[in-house]
Amino acid sequence: MNVIFSKTSGLTETATHYCPGCTHGIAHRLVGEALEELGLLGETIGCASVGCSILSYNYLNVDMIECSHGRAPAVATGIKRTVPEKTVFTYQGDGDLASIGTAEIVHAAHRGENITVIFVNNAIYGMTGGQMAPTTLPGQKTTTAPAGRKTEFSGLPLKMTEMLAQVPSASYLERASLHHPKYIRKAKKAILRGFRCQMEHRGFSLVELLSTCPTGWGLDPVAALEWLEANMIPYYPLGVFRAPEEV
Amino acid sequence: MTKTLMKGNEALALAAIHGGCTHFFGYPITPQNEIPEFLARELPKAGGMFLQAESEIAAVNMLYGAAAAGARAMISSSSPGIALMQEGISMLAATEIPCVIVNVMRAGPGLGGIQPAQSDYFQMTRGGGNGDYRIISLAPATLQESAEMIQEAFELAQKYRTPVFIVSDGMLGQMMEPVELSKSRSKERGTEQPWILTGHHNNRAPRTIKSLRLDPAELEIHNLQLQEKYERISQAEARFEAYREVDAELLFCAFGSTARIVKNSVDDLHQKGRRAGLIRPQTLWPFPSLAFRSLPKSCKAVICVEMSCGQMLDDVKLAVEGRAPVHFYGRCGGMIPEPEELSARALDILSGDAQ
Repeated sequence: MNVIFSKTSGLTETATHYCPGCTHGIAHRLVGEALEELGLLGETIGCASVGCSILSYNYLNVDMIECSHGRAPAVATGIKRTVPEKTVFTYQGDGDLASIGTAEIVHAAHRGENITVIFVNNAIYGMTGGQMAPTTLPGQKTTTAPAGRKTEFSGLPLKMTEMLAQVPSASYLERASLHHPKYIRKAKKAILRGFRCQMEHRGFSLVELLSTCPTGWGLDPVAALEWLEANMIPYYPLGVFRAPEEV
Repeated sequence: MTKTLMKGNEALALAAIHGGCTHFFGYPITPQNEIPEFLARELPKAGGMFLQAESEIAAVNMLYGAAAAGARAMISSSSPGIALMQEGISMLAATEIPCVIVNVMRAGPGLGGIQPAQSDYFQMTRGGGNGDYRIISLAPATLQESAEMIQEAFELAQKYRTPVFIVSDGMLGQMMEPVELSKSRSKERGTEQPWILTGHHNNRAPRTIKSLRLDPAELEIHNLQLQEKYERISQAEARFEAYREVDAELLFCAFGSTARIVKNSVDDLHQKGRRAGLIRPQTLWPFPSLAFRSLPKSCKAVICVEMSCGQMLDDVKLAVEGRAPVHFYGRCGGMIPEPEELSARALDILSGDAQ
């Protein structure tokens, strides 16, 4: 009997703590598969950030460091500038990257740090219980916007990848989605491109992954996937926002 | 070795290179700017790496990443910048990452001023970040001692797997003095140590550097292990200089640049026929309480002198434990005490007019 699919060695044997229907598990798998396929697992250092993915170091089969809220790109900078031969990535949510960590992400891009950022955007603070994030959509209900996000009060959601596309030294920027197998395959290619960008010393790469938070959104897993497609993709269009040639 | 006339901040920076510093992350703030400026120029020539961060918050997190990857890394700032770094310093203490942090103190609170002060004593000895942790705080009083202490700081950081503070101030940073520098230490990255992140090379389990422990029993164990280490440091590393203390009737306590001024006052009082002495803590944490355990029988009073409104005073009182009255004299806001005002205050105390 031929084995046609097996779990990537990029993941450990530890069962994840993620809620049913959460797409963090898919994102972890894609990162693990990409690093395995590129032969990088043994030469990679990952930076876990505050949020549901803080425990990603229990699940990803690479050396990892835990970072304070928003600071992962600065920590990754310190690592990469010490061991430039290693592959260094951050794995950050939108509460982390798009709110408290805006300075760190903008300036890592600004310096053209040769790191890869996996940016998981589920439009909410998941771990702390479903509060409004800068990425929360207009009208979306959260525990701190109980009547839905009012744009006249809280502004319009921040489009981080488009924003980073204005940073001259950012090298590779793509937004993908995890709501459907077809899109998951595209997301995997985006992650591979992000890591290749780093391997080829082309500088800062970021892959934004639109993700679900069924618990925070108050939806069942299937409805959450449908909500992502119907609401997030129109506001957060998929595609490549910046690419060096030949990546 | 010959002596070189150098500015304090530059002597500190050069001594750090000689002490094997390989990575420095800087952010501009007065009065410490000569440290990043010097290292931007000189550290790459010595095979090291200087990087300017976008903020003190980023600088301390870059330090965390670099040291976690095995670098002999250092940052410097001044008081408000150190306040910004405290989140990262708590993290460095929790994760037991060896590194060196220089504070060239200026007056506060808030943005305060840019003149010398010692009002960061609490910030340097009482945490500042969250949680139960301690940071070794070395307080030099001369440029020579600054140069020696920064080299020692890297050794202590490695020995105990802990961040170490150098507590300088705007006076020590900006003054010029002859200093003799020694090339001392190796620049080897300690990549063989079992906690450094190197990538697992597919031949060992992945390593994690972390502070989060959601199980309270596990977190308590981690805290108690840290406390055990701090106790070892307290026993082994507290140090002070005693000056003319043997038969002193009045004992000054002062650290850093203030202690130099106090020495003038001690000599002045002896010329006036009064026996004064000085205890100068060289480590602020661990505080050298031992120096106050057996006060000379002649000692009628202790006076703590600081360029602050009275912070080390708490530690002096705790160390004296009521064996003698403890007085205080402080200048603040960037004002520097003169030996004459200290002598006058001392004579008031000795004549019983202290209050």
